[in-house]
Amino acid sequence: MAQLTDNAIEVIDLVKHYPKAPVNAVDGVSFTARRGEIFGLLGPNGAGKTTTIGVLTTSVVPTSGKALIMGHDVTADPIGTKQLIAIVPQQSNLDRSLRARDILTFHAAYHGVPRRERNARADALLAEMGLADRAKEKLTRYSGGMGQRLMIARALMHSPAVLFLDEPTNNLDPQSRLFLWERIQQMNREGLTILLTTHDMLEADQLCQRIAIMDHGKVLALDTPDELKKIIPGGTSLELRVALPQPALVSATGTAREESGLLTALRALPGADKVDEIAADPNDPAQEGITRYRLYGQDAGTLTAPALQAVSANGGELRDLHLARPSLEDVFIYLTGRNLR
Amino acid sequence: MAMLDVTPQANGTAPQAARKPRSHARMAWTAFMAILRRDIVVTARDFIPFLLQVLVQPLFFLFIFGKVLPNLANSGTSSGFGNTFTVLLLPGIVALTSFTTALQGVTLPLVLDLGFAREIDDRLQSPLPVSLVAVEKVVFAAMRGIIGGTVIFPLAYLILGNSFQVRTDAIPQLIGTLVLVAMAGATVGLTIGTLVKPEQISLLFALILTPLLFTGCTYYNWSGLSSIKWFQIVTLFNPLTYGSEGLRKFMMPPITVTTPAGPQSFTIPTLDAQWIFLGLGVAIVAFFLIGLQTFRRRVVS
Ligand SMILES: Nc1ncnc2c1ncn2[C@@H]1O[C@H](COP(=O)(O)OP(=O)(O)OP(=O)(O)O)[C@@H](O)[C@H]1O
Ligand SMILES: [Mg+2]
Repeated sequence: MAQLTDNAIEVIDLVKHYPKAPVNAVDGVSFTARRGEIFGLLGPNGAGKTTTIGVLTTSVVPTSGKALIMGHDVTADPIGTKQLIAIVPQQSNLDRSLRARDILTFHAAYHGVPRRERNARADALLAEMGLADRAKEKLTRYSGGMGQRLMIARALMHSPAVLFLDEPTNNLDPQSRLFLWERIQQMNREGLTILLTTHDMLEADQLCQRIAIMDHGKVLALDTPDELKKIIPGGTSLELRVALPQPALVSATGTAREESGLLTALRALPGADKVDEIAADPNDPAQEGITRYRLYGQDAGTLTAPALQAVSANGGELRDLHLARPSLEDVFIYLTGRNLR
Repeated sequence: MAMLDVTPQANGTAPQAARKPRSHARMAWTAFMAILRRDIVVTARDFIPFLLQVLVQPLFFLFIFGKVLPNLANSGTSSGFGNTFTVLLLPGIVALTSFTTALQGVTLPLVLDLGFAREIDDRLQSPLPVSLVAVEKVVFAAMRGIIGGTVIFPLAYLILGNSFQVRTDAIPQLIGTLVLVAMAGATVGLTIGTLVKPEQISLLFALILTPLLFTGCTYYNWSGLSSIKWFQIVTLFNPLTYGSEGLRKFMMPPITVTTPAGPQSFTIPTLDAQWIFLGLGVAIVAFFLIGLQTFRRRVVS
């Protein structure tokens, strides 16, 4: 049957034009998420991420193009599609007339999960999300993060095949965020295909096997995080942490700062396209007396030996050295010409 | 790589569709009944507030208009005004209560559900056509309306005492009309609920509900309006008119009044049955179709 396809999500030339809007919210988007993949949609506000998810989850009717979930055409077969998917939306849409546990059991009932099974599942998920002792409460007493966890539990109640997470960690504290990341990876290991949207580069990098970078309703690039980073010309950068003798300490006390001899020397190295001296964090005592230099180049690795020579020639003491690769953030800025937030 | 260890485990948590294939119709039916059960559970938990909400207004109406005013009138003259008025008031109150209970039973939840928090999403994402979510709202609200109309009878019996007079030879027609009145209220409610935005909810009462209540032949009978022809015509555009007149037709017994010439018996004229059913039928179908349309427009973009 259609479900034997290897693709969990297929989006083909998708266009969505909201009535009276000046431009298309989604403007010819195509991508495919394979079964068992965590696929990311990365893009700034208004990029069209939520609209794309809306089409895939049957709540937005596409203007043109096609979207398939497990081989089901979402427009032609919304019922079959809805049975296979679950959504954790960007904003809470929890049913506030119900108590927390009822939200889960009713959701499962809507999806035809038998009573015994839905009760057991609700208890298990509530416990796992750390909400077992708040199960009987109404949502007025829930915090934003608790609501978020409840929405995730709700999404898992009917064992979907594809899970849509629209900015899942937006309202979470760092600890809950880590918990959710682990949970997402665990669900994925159990076979769930996940499409998530995010503004968070680190999140996309950590979680997603492949990422589509979106802006203005278009996909600008689509690849694995590692491949995406290769888009930036100049490849890698070399970072040095150097303890310099006196001059650095003097400059730290506030006297007029003159360019250190080391910086001049590093800039003179052949193959170093760009060298930055990065100010130490004044609040971090561990960094006192340490100066950071970042060398960008076509192949920054080859700069290591001459850079070390330059450091000792200038009386510096090398404390740390590493080759840094560009982050997704850099890729995004490179592609769109602006920062994510 | 990572992709490879993932795929073989894909049957670990077998998606439900793979586990138990069900026909679309079955899925939709299951979802529909579960959504209906949700509404029943939510209302049942607040049943006392629900009853109070339904009963307080009719209670005062019945007491003031069915008990207090007729007594004032009777103390002056010994005409049959009080009795007659009570007899035509009661069906009006039943129709009004049933209609507004149904209407509010769909309008208020819908306005909130469709509001900013979109609490209805979980139901819309259930495996059923989104229109069935609207149908469920209508069915549930009509059930509320029928309960609302029915509880007026014991209430009226307690308040009105001897003046409580209801025909018992047309019970099936009475029940049928009550069901239609509730359905009309629910479908009108669906249309209103999908058109009104949360911030307009107070306007709803002032601009829609109040005119609806006072032009619905609830406190007067339609034929009694013959001297104000234009108003009589206006009332024909209100579905509630057909409900009130319908219940009058099947509830009002012949009235006996004492005249100088001795006791006389007469029946208060009402709209004919075929107009009643036509009026209610047209209203139900029209508002249902309009409501479905506006509902769809609100939930899918
Ligand atoms: N219901 C709607 N009606 C009209 N325009 C809409 C609607 N929903 C979204 N838009 C517009 O479509 C564009 C894409 O919006 P969308 O919500 O898909 O972006 P997004 O990538 O999810 O952004 P964010 O990161 O802020 O959530 C925006 O310009 C938005 O104003
Ligand atoms: Mg969004």
